[in-house]
Amino acid sequence: MGTTGETADLVVVGAGPAGLAAAVTALAGGLRVALVDSAGTVGGQFWRHPPDTARAAIPTADLHHGLRDYRALREALAAAGDRGRLDLRLAHHVWSVTRDEDGFTVHTVDRRRAPEETAVTLRAPRLLVATGAYDRQLPFPGWDLPGVLTLGGLQALLKGGGVVAGDRVALGGTGPFLLPVAAALAARGARVVTVCEAAGPSAWLRSPGPLLRNPAKGAEGARYGLTLARHGVRFRPRTAIVAAEGTDRVTSVEIASLAADGSPRPGTERRVEADTVGVGWGFVPQLDLLVPLGCALADSDDGSTVVAVDAGQRTTVPGLYAAGEVCGVGGARLSLAEGRLAAESVLADHGAAPVLGRGRRAAVRATVKRHRAFARALARAHPVPSAWSRWLTDDTVVCRCEEVTAGAVRAARTDGGARDHRQVKQLTRAGMGWCQGRVCGPAVHCLVAPHRSYTPTERLVATPLTLGALADLDHARENTGGAAHE
Amino acid sequence: MTLKVVVVGGGVVGAACAFHAASAGLDVTVVDRGPVGAGTTSRGEGNVLLSDKEPGPELDLARLSRALWDEAGEELGADLFELEPKGGLVVARTDEGLAALGVFAARQARAGVRVEPVDRVRELEPHLAPGLPGGVHYPQDAQVQPVRAAVALLDAAVRRGARTRTAEVAAAVTGRDGALTGVRTAAGDVLPADAVVNAAGTWGGEVGRRLGAPVEVLPRRGFVLVTEPLPPMVRHKVYSADYVAGVASSDAGLETSCVVEGTRGGTVLIGASRERVGFDTRLNPAVVTRLAAQACRLFPFLRGTHLIRTYRGFRPYCPDHLPVVGPDPRAPGVVHACGHEGAGIGLAPATGALVTAHLLGRPWRGADPAAHTALLPDRLVSRGGASR
Repeated sequence: MGTTGETADLVVVGAGPAGLAAAVTALAGGLRVALVDSAGTVGGQFWRHPPDTARAAIPTADLHHGLRDYRALREALAAAGDRGRLDLRLAHHVWSVTRDEDGFTVHTVDRRRAPEETAVTLRAPRLLVATGAYDRQLPFPGWDLPGVLTLGGLQALLKGGGVVAGDRVALGGTGPFLLPVAAALAARGARVVTVCEAAGPSAWLRSPGPLLRNPAKGAEGARYGLTLARHGVRFRPRTAIVAAEGTDRVTSVEIASLAADGSPRPGTERRVEADTVGVGWGFVPQLDLLVPLGCALADSDDGSTVVAVDAGQRTTVPGLYAAGEVCGVGGARLSLAEGRLAAESVLADHGAAPVLGRGRRAAVRATVKRHRAFARALARAHPVPSAWSRWLTDDTVVCRCEEVTAGAVRAARTDGGARDHRQVKQLTRAGMGWCQGRVCGPAVHCLVAPHRSYTPTERLVATPLTLGALADLDHARENTGGAAHE
Repeated sequence: MTLKVVVVGGGVVGAACAFHAASAGLDVTVVDRGPVGAGTTSRGEGNVLLSDKEPGPELDLARLSRALWDEAGEELGADLFELEPKGGLVVARTDEGLAALGVFAARQARAGVRVEPVDRVRELEPHLAPGLPGGVHYPQDAQVQPVRAAVALLDAAVRRGARTRTAEVAAAVTGRDGALTGVRTAAGDVLPADAVVNAAGTWGGEVGRRLGAPVEVLPRRGFVLVTEPLPPMVRHKVYSADYVAGVASSDAGLETSCVVEGTRGGTVLIGASRERVGFDTRLNPAVVTRLAAQACRLFPFLRGTHLIRTYRGFRPYCPDHLPVVGPDPRAPGVVHACGHEGAGIGLAPATGALVTAHLLGRPWRGADPAAHTALLPDRLVSRGGASR
């Protein structure tokens, strides 16, 4: 049956660093908060943990950073829960958010007893979206073979279950996320056979300022470097995994040196044996709940679209706030700071007293500024190589759900006149499958409109859910005389 | 001298107008502000239906159109736009509903529609809910992939000499005698034209106004649900008899009466709500849940099936729910071809043929202007003077 949850002052969607910090700050300010997350525990991807029942059996502390913050936030949540001010909704997937004069209705499905699904509706005058980001993937020949994962997927297996995904692991893509994944896998006993970073080694020298102003980041990088060196891991700059090979699953990858534009340099290709591959090209902000609400979006430095926010993390829609990687990818420290700032704005707009003193608030703002500058520099140092699509053969599958090849996408452009990924979808079905273009959307966009930035498709349903759960919600509405004509 | 025709609108109706006009040897330019089939064409299920139409002017057009879809399939390749004569199955949920459906179907049969009463609906659709008293099978109902259909028709028009142009239409240009000489775009260019076809769909009211020939075309919002891909479970277009009442209704509020069907991709499509809320793009969860509930009542297996997507579109409708096809009595040279509401895909070929017949001044491919006078814009113009 569909149920309606308690009305709160604020609904926070996403219990990663940003959402946790926001919820805890708003709770400290006296608000009633509903915190919703699709996972069974709080922490998001960054602080992903095994289920509470398995935590003692699966040690993961060595894989994490900032655990002191995490524990403090969890304790604060627990205390607020005891006082009855927190409505914690774990394993609840938000499929739609709608807005009316009185605020927001957050439509969720409760999957705590999956596969059973129950529709649950939450209401609040204010909504904070902190849904994070997910791996950006670029197709390459063989990327649909079993054993080819994303960097985030490898990391999730480690943090969420202590699982080392393979024996011989090849990693590739671009960005600093390669390092912690490589270091963690090596430390947990995997043989990391190669780490291919598409950016050049001097990428940072062009604008070292942000790094100098964030010495902790440099130290972190140096620590990973030491770990990799200790395990004899080969880090290859200006190199990419351009193909994966194997029959039933991946058995080797082809790597190649890259020219300045990112195209493989002929003659540099070589084969490396691997049973597992992890690739990531930065992250795509998860905007599915925000786009249909009509808030303004902005281009970010890494070629993705982000939600536009003011200095207090307010979006252009009244009552709607955003924090963390939906505002631009920049790491957990930035997310924590943005979450706190967003909650302070919620408190101020609600007429409640601030939690942080003036000095602390200024310090948090400074943190945000410094980390955003660092993130911009990162994005510039680790761009998606402009010539990446040269890796594709015409029979490389681009949309894995609907098995649409690069050749079909190119034909939709040249023969069908398609000028954006929406038209390609209409003509080829690319992006019509289970993932709804979340994986292939950016890649398809690059193939048809490489010179424009990627605007994500509007997705009115943010996560798949059973028609039965929806039907029950309709019956519940009928039985309570609720507005079917709302 | 060859008649120069500008077709405003690159949806399926504009593409069909261009296809027929170019086939008739006219000089055709298709103008759209966006890409082909990006408006309402891409937001429907691809219905080519006779079953939902009561005897009258729309059914007359639909019967012609059904035949012209087959012709287009033979000429261009039916596979190119996934023309599938899958047939429709209308099921009644009560004995009274079945009796009313029987009366309706008998009238349709007298108007030339093939109808086959069905006692045991599960012999046609094994996964239907048990206990349904019966229904009517309409073997002529069909489906196309609407964007592919628009692209195919437009490509064929181009092969017959038509041109396409990305531009927004701003105004009609007339000579001293009041005759149309061209169409001005928002960028200031003038496209020479002896006639201009308003095939702008939901935006036909606005385009008509700019051309000095306003007609009342309003948006009616509809949502369609799409499930995860499944093995074939639903063979026909299946809908409950309530749908027919919804199509013809003028109620402002929400109406849902679901149509369930499978697609080649394996997904199941569930339409079709109808709301008069202007161009409000927001999701109405009440609509989604109601469609889901109705679909699950027809096909109980759907309860465990995942919804992966919902899309919405704005169907263009005229106040009397008939399309407006034919020359405008006030603005010489302006020919309307819009207001098809939820039937634009199905009615597109006949609309294109009828527009071409009007332009030629003689019947074209079975479309005789004298047989479709009820669709002329005059009815909207004379009623209470100039319409908005």
